[in-house]
Amino acid sequence: MSVAPATPPKSWTVKVREKGVEALPPEKLLPDGQPTYVASWIYVFGVASIASLIVIIGSGSILALKGPAWWHYTGVGHFFNSIHLWSVELFFFAMVVHLWGKYWMAAWRGGRGRVWVTGAVTFLVAVPCALTGYVSQQNFDAQWISTQAKDAMNSVGVGAFFNLTNFGQMYSYHILLLPIAIVLLVSLHVLLVRRNGVVPPFELDEKLSAIRAASPAADVSAHASGGAQS
Amino acid sequence: MSVLAAVFNLSHPAHTVDWSFVHLSVANVVVIGLMLIVFVLAILLPFPGATARSAARRSRDAS
Repeated sequence: MSVAPATPPKSWTVKVREKGVEALPPEKLLPDGQPTYVASWIYVFGVASIASLIVIIGSGSILALKGPAWWHYTGVGHFFNSIHLWSVELFFFAMVVHLWGKYWMAAWRGGRGRVWVTGAVTFLVAVPCALTGYVSQQNFDAQWISTQAKDAMNSVGVGAFFNLTNFGQMYSYHILLLPIAIVLLVSLHVLLVRRNGVVPPFELDEKLSAIRAASPAADVSAHASGGAQS
Repeated sequence: MSVLAAVFNLSHPAHTVDWSFVHLSVANVVVIGLMLIVFVLAILLPFPGATARSAARRSRDAS
């Protein structure tokens, strides 16, 4: 009587790899193209936000390396300080337009709820990240903003956790904790977009729903049939 | 910098827009206005190459 050879148990690395490839096969993670409806300016602002974020992190890393005396008293320091400020302005500008666009597209359609939520939470986390940056400047502007914002924190009952006049705490939040949160959220957001595909226009979505209703077995995912990869 | 300082005199309290409880600096109102303009333009302006892509798709679908 022969016994079938037992399959060796899968290691955790194999399980993680299989789950990862199942959730995001290479052709979805790094696709050849996007559906033709993505060829619109309104779809540009998401990637513009990411481009701004890269400049923010690059310029912020240089500022952190050199320190306040450098960014206040040298010409090159002023330059990088300005690069950091204006890339933040662009980041918020692009992110708000992206958010408006996705809101009016109802971008949570088709099982994309987590895509929408990670994007919205990124915006909410970016706000205190910017605030802690303003209070980390080490100048009178920072003093003014921190004392004003301290009252706001106290009025909403979180003053015991966040002391706006504590430079060390605010600086740690600004250059470590909140940027890590933003990078993780943006990474998750992009991976979810890759997994679910870019939300199709309403009229295309209606056509797809009609096709699905006519033949439930048909594989007409919005991403695949949006068709027509560009 | 001194030339710019002559053009943009910043030695004064911020100009603000007040409407009921709404209290905004003019600078922020300008940025919000720009975002609205860019949003509308992004919807209306044609994207470079979009027409060619649509035509290519139609010809693929037809064949």
